[in-house]
Formats: sequence, structure tokens, C-alpha cells
Amino acid sequence: MIEVKDVHFTYPTGVEALKGVSLSIRNGEFVAIMGQNGAGKTTLVKQFNGLLKPTKGEVLVDGVSTRDISIAQLARKVGFVFQNPDHQLFSETVEEEIAFALRNFGFKENTMKRRVTWALSLLDLTEYRKTSPFMLSGGERKRVALASVLAWNPKVVILDEPTIGQDHRQKEILRQFIVQLNAQGKTVVIVTHDVEFVAECSPRVILMAQGQIVADGDAERILTNPEIALRASIVPPQITQIFLGLADLELPTDVIDVSEAKKVLLEYLEGSKR
Amino acid sequence: MSVFEGFKFRYISSPIHRRDPRVKFLYVLVMFIAAIMFYELPPLLILFLLQIPFVLVAGVQRQWVRSLRGAMFLTTFLFAFNLFFGYISPGTIPGGMSPLEYAIAMSLRFLVLVESFSIFFLTTSPDHLSLALEQSHVPYEFTFAFTTAVRFVPVLAEEAQTIMDAQKARGLELEKGNFLKRVRNYIPILIPLIVSAIRRSLELAEAMESRGWGASKKRTNLYVLRMKEGDFLLIIISIILLVTAIYVRYFVPLPTLTMLLPK
Repeated sequence: MIEVKDVHFTYPTGVEALKGVSLSIRNGEFVAIMGQNGAGKTTLVKQFNGLLKPTKGEVLVDGVSTRDISIAQLARKVGFVFQNPDHQLFSETVEEEIAFALRNFGFKENTMKRRVTWALSLLDLTEYRKTSPFMLSGGERKRVALASVLAWNPKVVILDEPTIGQDHRQKEILRQFIVQLNAQGKTVVIVTHDVEFVAECSPRVILMAQGQIVADGDAERILTNPEIALRASIVPPQITQIFLGLADLELPTDVIDVSEAKKVLLEYLEGSKR
Repeated sequence: MSVFEGFKFRYISSPIHRRDPRVKFLYVLVMFIAAIMFYELPPLLILFLLQIPFVLVAGVQRQWVRSLRGAMFLTTFLFAFNLFFGYISPGTIPGGMSPLEYAIAMSLRFLVLVESFSIFFLTTSPDHLSLALEQSHVPYEFTFAFTTAVRFVPVLAEEAQTIMDAQKARGLELEKGNFLKRVRNYIPILIPLIVSAIRRSLELAEAMESRGWGASKKRTNLYVLRMKEGDFLLIIISIILLVTAIYVRYFVPLPTLTMLLPK
């Protein structure tokens, strides 16, 4: 459980990135934090694992203020996968890379081995066990970065821009994986610009603009509201744009994913045939 | 970090900022030579004070003070070192000076050097610097390498911060363990930093070549440095300074502090 209470944050350079943000994320929730560049998304999630501490207000993780606990202790609960895997990969083998965090957290040798094997198979990386992470493709490196965080099984997983630089198929695999993680009870927070990706996952959406939250609720409600979208400079998903354009036909406009769209359109066609 | 802060250029305009970098370099060189020529306290103090008007005209006093503060650690070290050896082997100290006076003078000499270099870098944009190098017939490859290095320092610093965050998020504690362990703690930060710097340099090289870098032997510049009245004034000031310094060095007997102080 993460509680953010009226958090303000100013960078040492004087940039005020968060201007009074309050929200709470329950255990097992799936949250997408969206908004344009510089809206404060990454600054906000960096508060969740203590990489940044609020200038004013406070952040509580399981009831403990992030000010009273070290980043390492927090990281045990809140895993953070950075946008660019090249900012963290350094080991000679993929296996070593995944073991790095486990070693930092003081896991025992045999538990560590088990966890590494588990994480490798979880992300379909077993064949690369002894490969250098630098030899892998971009998508594979991203998976190694993800595996290296999931290996210690944190309660909360934060993914910063998980879809950037991924091809369509990779994105779909990633989406299924995230949904599955969440279904197993993990709290998942993703930071993204990718409206289509979010539409297919349909999580709770928190929309940010200029360091503040402008909307918070179901993806169906937020992504289909042109007014809110305009305020946060996002564009509704393409499916929704079709339905917004077909508003004259008295079709619903809160459709965001393909399967829902198919159902609605079939029903409409059935109706018009009769 | 504070030492580098004291040398970081900010885009403001002042009579000092507008001077030709070559002339400013001449000035720094003269200061350097003058500071090296004297080991007595009074002339070094004069040299130190002489530069303060430049700082004020350029309006960089805050950064300048920061650069001096950043140099304090080394200055203290120099002071202690000179004092220590002054007492151990008094023969190395020029006649009539006490080890304390000599140590103060040496520290002050260092501060004069820091001061003049700080003024130079605080008031000269990297672009101007590379122009000056180029127009002084330094090969363009060297000039370019130099300015690129300067230009990428803040980028690299930011990247190092991100990498540090990423590894901290994986439970790395930099301040943990004994000295050797702490040094090793930096491996997970240095490797990604170096790898991405190499990657970036390759990308930069490709991007530059696709924009025609090195296509013609003779390059022309958008801006050409031209000396103005102010530049000639600074040249004259520098020459007067140099001549005076040489004159005082060879023809004026300088008193030591012990002679100046009332008995």
C-alpha cells in the first residue's frame, strides 16, 4: 500500500516537478501513470521507492514514511525497472546480472540460484543464462532488466516506459506478462505515453499535467473523455477516436479495446439488419 | 563537484565576457608567469587583489567565490605541506622568510592561479574557446575533440546520476563496507557509464559523418573572431602587468613580512 500525501517536490536546479500530489495505491492494483513529457510522472514514481524524498508532504509505503527508511530497504518491497536497460546492465553474464540484486539483499546462495533460474524462465531467457547482456538485442536486454528486478519478488513493481523501443510483438508479450503479474496479486505501476498499450490493459489511469494529477479513474472513463485528454495533452486511443467520430449512430463512446469494439459493432449490425 | 561549478560557464554578457578568448588567454598567461615569478607575500597579494575588479565587472562573483572555496582543500594541503617541509629543512626557503610566511605565500600563489583560470573559464563560452583554438591554427580534429569533451561533461554527469539511481533501486548501497568494498561498489556504475559513453560516441561519429564532417579540407566559420578596442586595452594591461612584474622582480628589493611588521 502506497500513500502519497500532498507531496511537493523541487529539484536542486529549482524546477518544481510536483505541486501537491495526493493518491493512494492499494495492494494488487494495476495503475498506469500518464501525461506528457515533464508532467512529473517519473518524479512521482521515484518517490515510491525513496530515490527522491518529498520536499513537502510525505510518502508512506506500508505505513512507513520513505524518509525513515533506506532506499535499499524500500527497494526490497518496491522494485523499479528503469526505462533504459543500458543504465543498469554491467555483469559478464545474464545470470550474474540477475543475481546482483539478490546478493545486495543478502539472499542465501541456494535460494539465490533458485531465484535466478525462476526469473530466467519467467522471462524466457534461460538460453541466455551464460551470455553477456551486452550481446543481446534491445528487447532482450529490457527483459533481463525486468528479470533482475522480479527475481527478488518485490510486492510492487514499477515500470518506467516499458514499451519504448519494443516492437509490436514484444509489446504484446510484455502486456500479457504484466497482466499476468497483476493477476497473481502483484501491485503494478507503469509510467507510459503509450495510450494504445494502456487501452489494451485497461488499468486504473492517473493522468498528470504540470506536476499535478488532473484525472484518476478507470481507463474507459479517462481515455475516452476528449476534454480530459486535451488537458493532459494525450490523444484518445484510435478505437475510441472511431467511436467518437461515429457518435451520430448513437453508439457508446467509452470503448477502448478491440474486443469491446467488435462486440459493440456486431450488436449494432445485428440491430440494423432487423 | 563544487570545484567544477566554479569553472562552469553561464551565458551572460559583460565587457569581460565579450573579450576575445585569445586575449583573455594572454591575460591568464601573464598572471600565471607573474605568480610563478614571485614567492614573496606582498606582490602575490597585489596580484590576487588586482583581479577582483575583473570579477566584479564580469558579474561572476558568486561562482568565483565558489571556485575559491572549492580550491580550499588543495590550498590547505599545500599550506600544511610547505609549512612542514619549511620546518624540516629551512634551507629550501628563500632568505629572510619564516616557514609560516613562505607557506602562506605558496598557498596564495596557488589561489592566484585558480583565480585567473576561474575568470577565464567563467567568462569564455566553449564555442568561443574552440573558435579561438581554430583561428590559432590548432588542427580542427583536436579542437573538436576538446569542445566535445567539454560539451558532454554535464550529459555524462546526468547519466551517472540515472545509473546510480537504477543500481540503488536494485539494493546497491554505495557507502557500505570497508574502503576496498566501497571502491568496488562503483563498478556497477562505471561499467554502464563507460559502455554508454562509447555507444554514444559511435553514434555521434555516424551522425557527424552523415552530415558531412571532414568533407572539405578548409572549413569556414559562421562567426569570426575580430579584435575590438577593449581587446587591445586588455592586451596593453597584460603587457604593462608583465613588464612591471619583470621590473619589480629584478630591480626592486622586496621586503619580507618580518621586515614589514613593527618590532
